[in-house]
Amino acid sequence: MKLTKRSFSATAILAALACISSSYAQEPLKIGLIGTYSGPYADYGRQFDAGVGLYLKEHNGKIAGRTVEIIKKDTAGPAPDASKRIAQELVVRDKVQILTGLDFSPNAYAVAAIATQAKIPTVVMNASSSAITSSSPYVARLSFTVQQVSDPMARWMLKNGTKEAYVVVADYASGTDSLTAFKKAFEQGGGKVVGELRTPMNNPDFSAYVQRIKDAKPQSVFFFFPSGVMPPAFLKVWKERGMEEAGIKLYATGEATDDSYLEATGDVALGLITSHHYSYAHPSAKNQKFVKDFEAQFGTAMRPSYFAVTAYDAMAAIDLALKKTGGDANGDKVMEALKGLQFESPRGPIEIDAATRDIVQTVYVRKTEKVGGKLVNVEFDKFDRVKDPAKEAK
Amino acid sequence: MDIVLFDGVAYGMLLFLMAVGLSITMGLMNFINLAHGSFAVVGGYTAAVLMSRTGLGYAAALAASFVVAALVGAVLELVFYRRLYRAHPLDQVLLSIGAVFVSIAALTYFFGPAMLPFHLPAALQGQFDLAGLKLSRYRLFLIVCGVAVLTILLLAMGRTRYGAMVRAAVDNQRVAGGTGIHVQRLFFLTFSLGCGLAGLGGALSLGMLGLEPSFPLKYMVYFLIVVCVGGAGTIIGPFIAALLVGIVDVAGKYYLPEAGAFLIYVFMIAMLLLRPNGIVPKKGLA
Repeated sequence: MKLTKRSFSATAILAALACISSSYAQEPLKIGLIGTYSGPYADYGRQFDAGVGLYLKEHNGKIAGRTVEIIKKDTAGPAPDASKRIAQELVVRDKVQILTGLDFSPNAYAVAAIATQAKIPTVVMNASSSAITSSSPYVARLSFTVQQVSDPMARWMLKNGTKEAYVVVADYASGTDSLTAFKKAFEQGGGKVVGELRTPMNNPDFSAYVQRIKDAKPQSVFFFFPSGVMPPAFLKVWKERGMEEAGIKLYATGEATDDSYLEATGDVALGLITSHHYSYAHPSAKNQKFVKDFEAQFGTAMRPSYFAVTAYDAMAAIDLALKKTGGDANGDKVMEALKGLQFESPRGPIEIDAATRDIVQTVYVRKTEKVGGKLVNVEFDKFDRVKDPAKEAK
Repeated sequence: MDIVLFDGVAYGMLLFLMAVGLSITMGLMNFINLAHGSFAVVGGYTAAVLMSRTGLGYAAALAASFVVAALVGAVLELVFYRRLYRAHPLDQVLLSIGAVFVSIAALTYFFGPAMLPFHLPAALQGQFDLAGLKLSRYRLFLIVCGVAVLTILLLAMGRTRYGAMVRAAVDNQRVAGGTGIHVQRLFFLTFSLGCGLAGLGGALSLGMLGLEPSFPLKYMVYFLIVVCVGGAGTIIGPFIAALLVGIVDVAGKYYLPEAGAFLIYVFMIAMLLLRPNGIVPKKGLA
């Protein structure tokens, strides 16, 4: 649980040769990466590292012609106070020019405050609470918002003849966000939310909740749980109670079938329809190359999840933005360059909204299937250019 | 109503299986072993790994989980726990909570931070009909296991020489030692037994709970509630407490989902006010 500080400087030799034209070329670009490297969520940090490492390897360890020094810091989970302190240290002592990482929303809010004070561009790699980008003009997000993936599921269900839904969410901020976004979209489209359940975060046994749903006999159920232990526990009881046989359809956001946990979840996930922005089975050429390179470097034991792909994209965005500024890492210039940035990610075309600095991307509707003996999320429908619905409403 | 009761009893049995070992060690040795959940995880991981990597059957994996958790417990007792029996309770808490963190880090290092894949054998999947009720096979299996463990423990503690020695040591360590009982050896065996039971509970829980390295921290509260409400040092006390906690938890979540998660704490406070030394208090405390 100790704070780890591992820094790797990516082949710093001969930097000057590469880009003599730029006066910034001599100095390495220092990027502070704040993530979770220990404790129950250590997978997030591993995925961040993998995505960052892959991008740097593909680009010879350089961003916009400058060598890169990544300074990694561990928050060991959701810890806003520690995150704030870490961000301060990174800015004051390590003199980083860019902050990134940020898996948990409370951490991102804490760091955003520092970003505003220090005018340090901050690129969010995961934290998905909607208002993070509004909380500081120096924050841009490459991941997604909970609302952004929940709202399309409601629209897709309506389009496919579902008229009533029972909503189950984990009782925390993102769960509430998901519930609100889903309910709003579903009711606007003429659907009816027939029941709501909020389950505690530490819930060992879902039998009572599933039984309650079964007795209510809704046409369908939509659920949002953070990735990890909750979705499999819920799906196990769902299967055991014969809910499918009872004719109740199940839908969720992609957290339920997160590629990192899908194999461990097992066959109970088969046939589940989810909405999310990335599946490692995405068929584009860019993604196939990404997955191939990923497996070549890290093996097949770990799948690239939406964490890894966002980390990869965050590096790409920093790279493109710094190319626009000619290598200048000045906070205002970088933020200006990030606005409206469009490029192709392994997940598909993405864009940073010029007005909100939030991600605009395709949200896919996927079904869990067994392909070649492996459980994967197969995309079969999509919503193009989805913006964060929570910001659109304002 | 019936199905809620059935689910509650099954869940309670699982809590009993995991917590009874803690009751024995806490009651016998006055050792506050917060690392009890770690032994449950060791058992669970043993079963999951053996089943997925060597294709071992479920019954054999359950036996292995008991043995491995008991062995790990035995080693830790010899190396660490033994030294702190007479120490201040805070030292014991410090040692055992440290053991929890070490176990989390070790399991994460070797098996990764995520859960391990686990599939129940086909015979335990799905539901069956009983008098118009659809009951889960796996949950019925949990109830059978819980009753079996309870019976074996009651017989072992009540009818055997070993049980008589344990009861003597629980009642009065010094006098028991004076009559020629090797209290230290007894502690060693009993601690290992408690850990083995935790391991078995962990392996049995695989079909319901997501077992991951941080499990001991997440569920520590449940074990402690069961032991405190039931009365440390007894077997029947935690059994009743576990059933009540299971039923209150499941029924609360079914009938009052908004407040359901908190009901067991209300229940715990009420029970501790009514019976501060547990439902079945240890002799001499009543």
